[in-house]
Amino acid sequence: MEVNLKTALVPPTALQATPQPISADLEVRIRKRFPNPEGSFNLNVHFRALAGFTILFGASGAGKTTLLDCIAGLSDPDEGRIAVGGEDLYDSEKKRNLAAWKRRIGYVHQDLALFPHLTAEQNVAYGLRTLSSAERQTRSREMLEAFSIAHLRDRRPAQVSGGERQRVALARALVTEPRALLLDEPLAALDRPTKSSLVGDLRRWNQHHRVPILFVTHNGEEVFALGDEVIVLDAGIIVAQGQPHEVMRAPQLETVAHLSGFENIFDATVLELHEARGTMTCQLGNGKVELETPLVRAEVGSHLRVGVRAGDLLLATEHPHGLSARNVLPGTIRRLEQRDVIVAAMVDCGGTEFEVHLTLAARDALQLGPGKAVWVVVKTHSCHLMGM
Amino acid sequence: MNWQAFWLTVRLAAIVSTLLIAIGIPIAYWLTYSRWRWKFLVEAAVALPIVLPPTVLGFYVLVALGSRSPLGRWWESLTGHTLAFTFEGLVIGSLLYSLPFAVQPFATSFGAVDRQLLRASASLGHSPLQTFRRIVLPLSKAGLVTGFALSFAHTLGEFGVVLMVGGNIPGVTRTISIDIYDQVQTANYSSANQTALVLLIISFVVLSVVYGANRRPWAVGPWR
Repeated sequence: MEVNLKTALVPPTALQATPQPISADLEVRIRKRFPNPEGSFNLNVHFRALAGFTILFGASGAGKTTLLDCIAGLSDPDEGRIAVGGEDLYDSEKKRNLAAWKRRIGYVHQDLALFPHLTAEQNVAYGLRTLSSAERQTRSREMLEAFSIAHLRDRRPAQVSGGERQRVALARALVTEPRALLLDEPLAALDRPTKSSLVGDLRRWNQHHRVPILFVTHNGEEVFALGDEVIVLDAGIIVAQGQPHEVMRAPQLETVAHLSGFENIFDATVLELHEARGTMTCQLGNGKVELETPLVRAEVGSHLRVGVRAGDLLLATEHPHGLSARNVLPGTIRRLEQRDVIVAAMVDCGGTEFEVHLTLAARDALQLGPGKAVWVVVKTHSCHLMGM
Repeated sequence: MNWQAFWLTVRLAAIVSTLLIAIGIPIAYWLTYSRWRWKFLVEAAVALPIVLPPTVLGFYVLVALGSRSPLGRWWESLTGHTLAFTFEGLVIGSLLYSLPFAVQPFATSFGAVDRQLLRASASLGHSPLQTFRRIVLPLSKAGLVTGFALSFAHTLGEFGVVLMVGGNIPGVTRTISIDIYDQVQTANYSSANQTALVLLIISFVVLSVVYGANRRPWAVGPWR
C-alpha cells in the first residue's frame, strides 16, 4: 500500500514555499475505489492543503466529489488518514472514523441543498445548534448582512434567485466557523458579476478565518481567479499540483489542457524532427494540415496531441509575407459566433477546423463572414504538446 | 343507525391510527435507512396484512391473545382477564391489521427526502436523529397525514379481524361493519343502508384528505 501511495505522490514543492500558519492545514492521504460511468477507479491521493484556496481541478468522474465526501465524512475511504489542524478525522490504522456531524467541516455542494421548509435565516441558523436562540439569531443575522442577503431573511429557498440561494448556502456553511471548507462547484450556475462578488465575499471571510478551502471546479478561469494552489485530478490520481500559472500555462496532460481553455485540441502524428531548429513537423488528424511545433522527446510516427488557444491565433485575408510565424494555413470561414465581446471564427483548413478568437473591430475591419477565404497564422510556440 | 357501534368504531380507529404514528415512524425510519441485507424480509412481513385474509390474521391474533400463549398469560396475570373478546384485544388486532397502511406512506415520504439535505444537515453538525426530527419529519408531513388517514379509514371498515378477535359484544367489540352485517342478517335493510352510507361518506372524506395532502403543489406543505 505504501508503495502504491508514493506513485501518486507529486512532490509538493510549491506548497512548502508558502508561509505555514499554525496547524490549520488539512492533510489527506487516502485510497478508495469509486464507481464512475466508465467503470471503477481507485481514488489514490496524498496532499496537504494550507489555509487559503486550493483548487481541485479535473474532468467529471475524476474523483473530486468522492474526495470531498471522504473529507466531510459522508463517505468512507478504504484506507488512509485525514486530519485537520492536527486532529485525526479518519485513520484506518488507528481505526478512527469521526462521524460527519462531529467533524466541523463546512461543505457546500453544487446543488446547495438548502432546507426548503426553512427561511433563509433559519437555514443559516441551522448549524448553530449548540448556541442559545438569542446568540443564534445575532450570529446568523450578522452573516446574512455580511453576504448582503439580509433582506431575504424571511424568504424560503424557493422564493429567492439562484445567486441569492448560493449566498445563503455559503453563509449557512461559514457561520458555523468550520475548520475547513469544501466547495463543490458552488459558482457553476452563476453569471460572471455575481460570481466575482461572491468570490470577493469568500476571500474577505477567509482573511479573518484562515482555513483551508478546497474548491472544486472545471472552469479554467476560476482556477486563475481563486487559486493559491491547484491540484489536478485525473481518474482518481493527482497528475499535477502547484501554483495556477505553473500548472495551467504549461499543460503536460490532456486533462489539464482541455480544462484550461484550449479551444483547439488535435490528434497529431510526428512527421519530421528538426533537432537543430528545436522544432518538429506534425500532421494534424488525417488531414493535409501540417504544423511546425516545438520539439519534444518523440519519435517520428508517434502520436501526440496539440493544444492551441483560440486567442493565440491570427487571421489574415491575404497571404501574409515577412512573418516570424512558421505556420500559415489557408482556409475558409465556416461560421462566426459572437460571445460577449469576442467573435469566434470557425475556420476550415483542409478538413481541420480551427477556432479563432477575434475582436468585433477586427471582424468589421477585415469584413469577415462565412465563406471568406482566410489564412490562419499559428506561432510554433503557441502549439502545446501533450502526451496521449 | 346504531350510534353505540358508530362511536366505538371511531374510538377504535382514532386510538389505532394515533398509536400507529408512534409505532410506525420508528419502523418506517428503520426500513428507510437500514442497510441490513435481510431488510426485505421485514418489509414483506410489514406488508403481509395487505394480502392476508383478515380471518387468517384474526386467527393468529386470537391464538396469541388467548390464555395458552405467553402474551395472553402475561396479560391475564396483570389484569385478571384475557385479551380476547375485549376492546384492548381489538386494538392490538387492528394495529397489526392497519400497520402497512401507516408504515408504507411514512417510509415512502421519508425516502423521498433529498439525501443531499441529510448530508448537508450532517455537515452542519446534526446527528442522524436530530436531522430526522428537524428535516425529515417536517418534509414528510404529507406522508404522515396519508398514513394516519389511511390507517384510520382502514380500521374503520375492518370486519374479519374484529369478528375473529373481538366477537360481537355490543358496546365492547361490536363495530359498525359488524353492525351492518347483523342488520342485513335480520333483514333490516333501511338501517343497514343508513349505516353503510355514513361509512361510505366518512371513507370518501378521509381519502379526499389523503389525495388533497398529496396534491403536487403541496408536496411539501400547503404554505408554498
